[in-house]
Amino acid sequence: MTTILPLWVFWIATVVMPLTLSAAENSDTSLTTSIFAPESTPAHSIMRLSVFVLAITGTIFVVVFSLIVYAVVRFRRRPNDDGKEPAQVYGSNPVEMAWTVVPVIIVVVLTLTTARIIHEIQDAPKPPGALDVQVIGHQFWWEIRYPKFSVVTANEMHVPVSLREHPTPTFLDLRSADVVHSFWVPRLAGKTELVPNKINTMWIEPERTGLYLGQCAKYCGTQHSWMLLRVYVDTPDEFARWLQEQKGLAASEPAVAAGRRIFERTACINCHALNGTVGTGRFGPDLTHLMSRDTLASGVVKNTPENLRTWIKAPDQFKPGALMPAMNLNDQELDQLVAYLATLK
Amino acid sequence: MIGLILAESAIFTIFVVAYLFYLGKSPGGPSPQQVLELPLINTICLLSSSATITFAVRALGRGRKDLFRIWWFATIALGAYFLAGTAHEWDRLIHQGLTITTNLFGTTFYSLVGLHASHVVVGLLALTLVLVFALRGAVKTEHVERIEVLALYWHFVDVVWVVVFTVVYIIGR
Amino acid sequence: MDSIANQPLDLDSSTPSGTTTSGKSLLACLHEWIVTVDHKKLGIMYILYALLFLVVGGVEAMLIRLQLSVPNNHLVGPQSFNQLFTMHGTTMIFLAAMPFIFGFANYLVPLMIGARDMAFPRLNAFGFWLTAFGGLLLYFSLVGGEGMTGAGSAPDVGWFAYSPLTSKAFSKGHSTDYWTLGILIGGFGSIATAINILTTILCLRCPGMTLMRMPLLAWLYLVVSGMVLFAISPLSAAQIMLLLDRFLGAHFFDTQAGGSAVLWMHFFWIFGHPEVYILVLPVFAFASEIIPVFSRKAIFGYPVMVGATVAIGFVSVGVWAHHMFAVGMTSMGNTFFAISTMLVGVPTGIKIFNWIGTMWGGKIRFATPMLFSIGFLAQFLIAGLTGIMLAAAPFDWQLTDSYFVIAHFHYVIVGAIVFMIFAAVYYWFPKATGRLLNEKLGKWHFWLFLIGFHLTFDTMHIPGILGMPRRIYTYGADRGWGALNLVCTVGAVFQALGLLVFVFNIIRSLRKGQPAGNDPWDAWTLEWATTSPPPEYNFAKAPVVRSRRPLWDLKHPTDPDWKYE
Repeated sequence: MTTILPLWVFWIATVVMPLTLSAAENSDTSLTTSIFAPESTPAHSIMRLSVFVLAITGTIFVVVFSLIVYAVVRFRRRPNDDGKEPAQVYGSNPVEMAWTVVPVIIVVVLTLTTARIIHEIQDAPKPPGALDVQVIGHQFWWEIRYPKFSVVTANEMHVPVSLREHPTPTFLDLRSADVVHSFWVPRLAGKTELVPNKINTMWIEPERTGLYLGQCAKYCGTQHSWMLLRVYVDTPDEFARWLQEQKGLAASEPAVAAGRRIFERTACINCHALNGTVGTGRFGPDLTHLMSRDTLASGVVKNTPENLRTWIKAPDQFKPGALMPAMNLNDQELDQLVAYLATLK
Repeated sequence: MIGLILAESAIFTIFVVAYLFYLGKSPGGPSPQQVLELPLINTICLLSSSATITFAVRALGRGRKDLFRIWWFATIALGAYFLAGTAHEWDRLIHQGLTITTNLFGTTFYSLVGLHASHVVVGLLALTLVLVFALRGAVKTEHVERIEVLALYWHFVDVVWVVVFTVVYIIGR
Repeated sequence: MDSIANQPLDLDSSTPSGTTTSGKSLLACLHEWIVTVDHKKLGIMYILYALLFLVVGGVEAMLIRLQLSVPNNHLVGPQSFNQLFTMHGTTMIFLAAMPFIFGFANYLVPLMIGARDMAFPRLNAFGFWLTAFGGLLLYFSLVGGEGMTGAGSAPDVGWFAYSPLTSKAFSKGHSTDYWTLGILIGGFGSIATAINILTTILCLRCPGMTLMRMPLLAWLYLVVSGMVLFAISPLSAAQIMLLLDRFLGAHFFDTQAGGSAVLWMHFFWIFGHPEVYILVLPVFAFASEIIPVFSRKAIFGYPVMVGATVAIGFVSVGVWAHHMFAVGMTSMGNTFFAISTMLVGVPTGIKIFNWIGTMWGGKIRFATPMLFSIGFLAQFLIAGLTGIMLAAAPFDWQLTDSYFVIAHFHYVIVGAIVFMIFAAVYYWFPKATGRLLNEKLGKWHFWLFLIGFHLTFDTMHIPGILGMPRRIYTYGADRGWGALNLVCTVGAVFQALGLLVFVFNIIRSLRKGQPAGNDPWDAWTLEWATTSPPPEYNFAKAPVVRSRRPLWDLKHPTDPDWKYE
């Protein structure tokens, strides 16, 4: 008995304690990335399946674990043991048959359910009102394009919420410019990989507005850890407004012309596109509407002029190993450049 | 030896799978239809060497060491001709612009045929070693089982060639 | 008819393997070990090699856990972290687990089937030295390249080295080459050893030992060896292709030239999945020998255990793409692999029932080997059940590449495999060395390790559920993962302590351990009929057996097993 009690204590401790601790720590629960807080149709389907699977495996666990505990307790050698060997039982056909058939039945049930959900998610038809978004994975950022609207942005995706009367799911076309990445926003869907030379599709159908976090889930190199994702689910109006703001050329205020010249004459244009300038590079994110984004460097830091300045001067301070080189600009050039970039709403 | 053959078969299978997977997928460069010619004589030589090695083993089993040496030498000669033929073919292909770096076809072709050829080389080395022993009179009838093990390897190399030939020169074109 | 009863027990162990008799210089002793082809010495060398790398891999794990214990940590930078998790995985699988497996096979298989040695003793030694060299080559990467000062060239592509991350374009320098070559060479060593084990079991069993009378350990190693032949080879082939890509400009996995990243995944996992069964089947073997002895009952359902093992061997080569559910296969493909994966759970689960059935009605003694075995049983149950969760492909779309999967496979590899390796060491150490490991230290080892294991790996499922992906060197403080990670790290400390106690126990018991005698556990298989340690030739005369438990027959002449089999 004494060998078993501590086990139970540890079981409870290792489950309850961490959950309480984590709940206390996570003050903003709406930014959780728990797979059990779905807000989108595929995520809901997965959760339904998961609960079912958990119920079955949980039952199996309780039954078999109890058998183990019982066997260990009941059949232990007593202190007053007579030293004789117990009856040797070599097997039992009925028992072995039973414990083969039952698992097979369980497996059949599980596979049928699983097959149904796989089909439900992967083979879902695309309704006419669906939005198309193209996501291209890079080391270590996300290129996001809205082909029908000629909108290009990076790392932060906006999609409309899907109303029951008029479903507007978003269908994602996933590609990679270099190595294998993985698109994972747990509350919206399961993950799907972005594989070079391959086009994958997935879909989300968010039912509540808000911000949903995710990140790259396939090791893709040095800064895999900071390849974060932000999906903003807007009301249809908000979304239309955002799209509108994303179109059009970059702002071009004369006050910051000096900064714009710096951008156009240094190596920036090799990697970065700026609609309306000579910058058409695609190695790095499109900067046309840089200030419309909340974060920099795919989610590492907040998008503020100070952070922007540090990022340009020394990217390694935020994201060591990122492929953005430190631009060798002096302080004055940096100030002018940042002043210019800060106008790109 | 059977164990080794099983493992080697698995390795070859993977290379064959890669070859078949990439068939027709090369973005550019020479294609199989354009540059490959059926290596008939080569194949006949290699497959005949399976026959000659069998004769050799049987001769040894009967105690005919003289016949054994002759058939064994024939096997080596046929295998060597096969290798020379492969080298000649590769020379021609390289001049036609197909190397391992050219395209997917080049990659999978040279690696699959090359893997096979390397096994022929190893086999020939072992066979030559035995021939040297035989010429010095060290190979006797009681060694026939060990010689059979080596012959089994040689038969395996031939069977692999049948597969490679079919996949590369027949299906692939 | 020469039964074991008539065999002289050879109490005069004038040349026992594994001990240094006085009068032999250290150099002579070393020489004896380096040139040996004796399966027992090679087995011990494999196990010592594995133990060394278990500790090394453990240090790597400790660094990983320390880095992740709090958010935004700066203990190690991303480059070093990526090297750490790559080396940790590669070391643990190829340089710790595989050598443990082959070490035990080497030591036990000939003894348990009544043979004198393996079928090909020199090939045996060759296989060991290939494996050893492969590991050394891998670790040379630490000092190769910009070694020692510039953080070395240790591989940083993850232990499954996905392409095109491993191509020359994305993996500059030679770190990936060290990984590829080191493992390739080790792989050839494994194939050699597998051929040896296969031949030994098929051809060298002692008179009377039909296939259905061999110890289950022999059956499990028979299947494992077959699997090695079919599983390691695809990895070797893929690695050769990768080397051709990197050195000769080939395009197997060069996506810029039309090559396929998915092809590498298929090839790797065709190896990778059977590989984990290769690692776990031998510990099933240990469990099938140890649990009966400490329950005082024969294994329940021997024929079904054999059948289940063979079934696992076959089905396990058809499940590999469950590691690729998120790569974008068709719904048909995903469904097929979900079904095959759940199917392989059936023979595996049945074995758990058979072990429970063995304990049922027995008289269980809780010596250290049995403690670890019971831990194994409960933990393998859980590991299998989380595996079923992962087999449900849509569930896997959330769980894969997250800390849930890390928790699952560590449950298998540590909770099942390492636990049973510990059990096996405690069980067979007396046979190999003539001395028992200390029981009190053994219990300290067990409890420390058990507490640590559960603290770390039970907890670890939760960050996965909360969205924490794998292979990240740090995370933000606002993700809600910090406290959980800290708990995991604390557990790692306990495991490290347990491991230290274990190593101490081994070193101490080699000199001061209680003498074991031939058969300290009152067991029933042939190895316990020789001295501890056995003489170099194992058995003076080949034993003749009539049942699955030859020593049971000897000890119970009125009620021998062969009456019931």
